[in-house]
Amino acid sequence: MSGILASMIDGLLIGAVYGLAAMGLSLIWGVMDVINLTHGAVIALGMFGMYLLFAAFPINAYLLLLPIIAAGLVLGLIIYWTSVHWVIDRPQLASLLSTFAVNMIIIGIGTAIWSTSPYNVNFVIRGITIGAYTFTGNHIAASVAAVLIALALELFLYRTRPGKAIRAVADNREAAELMGISSTMVLALAFAIGIALAAASGALVSTLFPFTILSGAGYQMKSFVVTVLAGLGKPLGALVAGILLGLLEGAVTPFIAVSWIPLIEFGLFVVVLVAFPKGLFARATA
Amino acid sequence: MIFRHPVFWLTLTFAGLMIAVPWRGNNVSMREDLILVAIAIILASNLNLMIGYTGYVNFGHIVFYGLGGYIGLYLATVRGWNLVLSALLAGLAVSLCALLFGLGILRLRGAYFALATIGILVAVQSFVSNFDPWGRSTGLYVSFDAYQPLGGARRALWITYFLVIGVMALSMILSLVIKTSKFGLGLFAIREDEDAAVVLGVNATVYKAIIYSVSAFLPAVAGTLMFYKNGMIDPSIAFEFMLSLEGIVMLMLGGKGTVVGAALGGGLYEKLRSFLLTSPKLSNFHLVIAGALLLLVVLFAPGGLIGWLYRLVPRSEKVIE
Repeated sequence: MSGILASMIDGLLIGAVYGLAAMGLSLIWGVMDVINLTHGAVIALGMFGMYLLFAAFPINAYLLLLPIIAAGLVLGLIIYWTSVHWVIDRPQLASLLSTFAVNMIIIGIGTAIWSTSPYNVNFVIRGITIGAYTFTGNHIAASVAAVLIALALELFLYRTRPGKAIRAVADNREAAELMGISSTMVLALAFAIGIALAAASGALVSTLFPFTILSGAGYQMKSFVVTVLAGLGKPLGALVAGILLGLLEGAVTPFIAVSWIPLIEFGLFVVVLVAFPKGLFARATA
Repeated sequence: MIFRHPVFWLTLTFAGLMIAVPWRGNNVSMREDLILVAIAIILASNLNLMIGYTGYVNFGHIVFYGLGGYIGLYLATVRGWNLVLSALLAGLAVSLCALLFGLGILRLRGAYFALATIGILVAVQSFVSNFDPWGRSTGLYVSFDAYQPLGGARRALWITYFLVIGVMALSMILSLVIKTSKFGLGLFAIREDEDAAVVLGVNATVYKAIIYSVSAFLPAVAGTLMFYKNGMIDPSIAFEFMLSLEGIVMLMLGGKGTVVGAALGGGLYEKLRSFLLTSPKLSNFHLVIAGALLLLVVLFAPGGLIGWLYRLVPRSEKVIE
């Protein structure tokens, strides 16, 4: 019994990182109705960013999140102006394809540089041992970092003028423009933040597991699941749904082979999509 | 009538050439190149029925090909049934699955549908990777004896090649028939404005489920033939997400919604990819080049090659579907 509990606690810790990854996807989707298919590639870039930075500056890896987030913001602006801005008012197929094209370019360059062999970040924080179970320090630190970043985003969206502008544009772009908000600037900012969140989550994952340039795809899939569970444009909901997904994984791992987990997750995903297209946390609206 | 349509005769000529040219010279390496082109055209043409005609993005189209390959290969090798019969049964079984899935997920629109198709792809792949009769993650192998009913491996490879070309021609003709039918007009109406189409009496639910199911049939048949020819199948090559996405690139490149465009894009992209993959300098960058190409097409030429032709020679729109 306590084995399941330990496995669930570990799942909960990793789930916070899933949640952070999904927040980036959810923010972009909610604000500009674009499904960002560069998400997985950016997560992978975050992993390799952490790998390179840690190799250059072997300090506490979690401090290196700050330059990674800054680089993510810049990368987000670049992606926005090359591939998203021009298709934002076209049918959704256009933005799906243009972001997917950028995804192919990033993965292609990454494969050429790092091939597809695994890398890892060799940074260990001592864990906490309770009875027969040890919770590794990295899992705890990564989940704390994920929650802190999530709370910072929430404060930004609800307490600052640019954050409120993002929410206004998400609600109704025309009305926001009539109130004097430059929607182009706001969209670019929201996209950059979404990309920075993806990069940060990738950097956190790189301190937990070995990774390849293709690892981002799996986390992108999980982000879709989490985003749909939470409903669109609800970043804090995405964090909660991510933790739920982690808990679910932790709870089933002791009973079945790991290879069955994708079937459970994506079966759940399709069922939730069809049964609750607005997410599990949607309020009943009149 | 379909027989009066120039594209019908164009398709037959094209298929005839693809059969005759490698066969006359007994050119095996050309045959292996062309079979990949044919598979690309089959996938792009059938994907076109969903994306180009109906306006629904299917990211998981490859699931039909892989599942068809598994069912057909299982029947043809483990059960020892006739290859053509196995392929047709695989097609029917996958179409039926698609109909059931479709009735569920086609209630979703736009991006939600696109995501659900990814969900189905991953779920099916995960199921097959754990399914004992199909060899879990190691997959199925075709023993050498399985080629005996077709007169040995050498003949069997040529026969499967001809069958794949046949499926390719059927895919293009199917696209043409649907495009020129009343059913096709209903699909276009759904693509342009689903709510308006429903008001005008198009039964959108039934139309979408039927086209989703139809777009599954020929890829599943082709999957059986192709994996039979390759002699093996495993979950990672049967359900390759990348190939699913490359199908979309092919379609955009040629011009979505057109019969010739889907075939042209499929053929050209496959040629480009094999050129890049075999070129020593560029093989590392084939994804980068394909991605840049896709980005340019999406941003600057959303109609693809055929859309560009229509703009250049407006009269061509009457002839080339």
